[in-house]
Amino acid sequence: MASTISTPVDATVGAKGGAQGGVQGGVLAGVNGPNKPPDLTPRGSKIAKNLSSKKGSIIVWLIAALWTVPTFGLLVSSFRPETQIKTSGWWFFFSDPSVTLDNYRGVLDNKVGGQPFTEFFLNSIKITVPGAVIPIFLAAFAAYAFSWMKFWGRDWIFVGVVALMVVPLQMTLIPLLRFFNSDFFPDKANGIPAIWLAHSIFAMPLAIFLLKNFIGSLPSEVIEAARVDGASHMVIFMRIVLPLSVPALASIGIFQFLWVWNDLLVAKVFGGGAKNQPMTFAMVDMVGSKGNEWQLLTAGAFVTMIVPLIVFLSLQRFFVRGLLAGSVKG
Amino acid sequence: MIEIFKTFVTVALGLGAFLAVMVGLYWLASQLPEPWRDRARVMVFVGPALVLLVGGLILPSLYTGRLSLFTGPNANKWYGFGNFRELFTDSDNLIVLRNTVWWVILVTLASTVIGITIARLADRMRGEPYAKALIFLPTAISMVGAGVIWNFVYATKGNDPDKQYGLLTWLWLKAEPILPGKQDPHYWLQDREFFGFHSSFLPGLNTLFMIVVIVWIQAGFATVVISAAMKGVPDDLVEAAKIDGATDRQSFFRIVLPYVKGTIITVATTTLIAVLKVFDIVQTMGKGGQFATSTLANDMYQRSFPLSQPGYGAALAVILFVAVVPIVYVNAKNQRNIREGR
Repeated sequence: MASTISTPVDATVGAKGGAQGGVQGGVLAGVNGPNKPPDLTPRGSKIAKNLSSKKGSIIVWLIAALWTVPTFGLLVSSFRPETQIKTSGWWFFFSDPSVTLDNYRGVLDNKVGGQPFTEFFLNSIKITVPGAVIPIFLAAFAAYAFSWMKFWGRDWIFVGVVALMVVPLQMTLIPLLRFFNSDFFPDKANGIPAIWLAHSIFAMPLAIFLLKNFIGSLPSEVIEAARVDGASHMVIFMRIVLPLSVPALASIGIFQFLWVWNDLLVAKVFGGGAKNQPMTFAMVDMVGSKGNEWQLLTAGAFVTMIVPLIVFLSLQRFFVRGLLAGSVKG
Repeated sequence: MIEIFKTFVTVALGLGAFLAVMVGLYWLASQLPEPWRDRARVMVFVGPALVLLVGGLILPSLYTGRLSLFTGPNANKWYGFGNFRELFTDSDNLIVLRNTVWWVILVTLASTVIGITIARLADRMRGEPYAKALIFLPTAISMVGAGVIWNFVYATKGNDPDKQYGLLTWLWLKAEPILPGKQDPHYWLQDREFFGFHSSFLPGLNTLFMIVVIVWIQAGFATVVISAAMKGVPDDLVEAAKIDGATDRQSFFRIVLPYVKGTIITVATTTLIAVLKVFDIVQTMGKGGQFATSTLANDMYQRSFPLSQPGYGAALAVILFVAVVPIVYVNAKNQRNIREGR
């Protein structure tokens, strides 16, 4: 349970300056024997010399390359013509480069469960935007109440909410599905609101916990001053608390967005048929029914990954914070 | 075009309905006379969340606990602890438990160790943020996407080494001159034996290859968190040890590692909980748990829904819950220690 929203990850950026000392050194350890006089050079250059040996950084870059190769191979393959994908490895692309967009055209028109892949892309958007926005705002309302409103049993109820983080979502699947399929739930025909509701439920304990940490630590003078001026709770929440909480809302919101976008289980259980399913569902279906049609699978996988990759590359700082804060979800 | 429009309408309807409900409730609360008005306003703020938590988490969990004692396609036949007895005695079910245990042990160990290693080696090296970003990248994509990526790496087609497009199979067949014995084309994800060795305790080769995928996803998370913690080790501590004659290795194992111990525990427990619930990878790479690849969370889905055995599925969910509680307890205690300066 990484409990703070501003994590020390930013230190990565800050510590970069210290590393300019150089990458020489060669030997990993053991140069400072007990008889040597203490070396009192500033730490930055010395540590850089000792730890960041060439050997170490070669290993790191090798691991980084190893980590990238599978994704890179998929990306390269998605642009190769079908006949080439199926008869030679993508690493031969560089000796015989030929590029095509046919795979992408093919996969977007490809039908899964009677509807084209583009529909699943749109479903992912339909599911994800409200599935991320609604729980974050509900949690912000609750976090405000737990921080700045007085009511009976407030602190104990908050402890109870936090304790609910223990519950795996698997504990709720069967009863919730029965509820969504019953007459008590108004929307039997269209499963998407059920998915929104399910994601909102599962997001609640962690989001309330994190936002309470943030909203509760806002300066009380600001909020008291607004109270004295006669502002209602709703006005304070909308005009003061929400604007001040944008960094926290963004971090948790991005994490929740990616969680919902990448989710398979919740949609599969509550979404009903293919009509309401996101792209993850379509991909799993294609792996099952067209497991060797790599021209479709490579392009399709890349289409499902494009949004998370854009988020990762453009909002990395928020993404990292949200991920670290939210990594115990579910 | 019309479909895109429909998408926007759905999103707008969803958000609009949410907004309308919140505003409407607040307006209703404001119409009440004092002292009810203030109480009602509190309920508008905290009520919807509490309704979701009670109705969506607490009551369903209790209901699932009850269901686990029943059997039949509608889970309406009393079965006592029969589901749990099956879970721990039937040989197929034991395979699921065995796989889950191996998943948990191997992924947690491997990704934590890899995280520590990279965090140490990359510390203050040139281009550190870029190398770490590359290792961190798989965390962003879905497990389904990761499953497809690795299905492609493991793919095998026919017998001709020159026509292989799966990287692993190609390397395997091309390595014939330097490896002992004959290299036959191998369907990695269908091999349920442990390197040709049949055992009820060891995981199949296919499970090991899936474990690699989760390590690939989780290692970046471990790296980033542990690396951040290592940057927080005070310089004077390390420096003092150096002056006393400690080697790099000694100061790392005796000072840096103990200093970030709390963070490492957090990373390990977080990974553990995530791995216990692994589902997407088995769906994508093991065709929903075939070839003896199923795990607890995957079996929970399969039994509850496609196979219509909700009682047994509920029992699996209960086991999952029981397994998570002590881990969260350790984690919470560890977090408190960190906050109190241990």
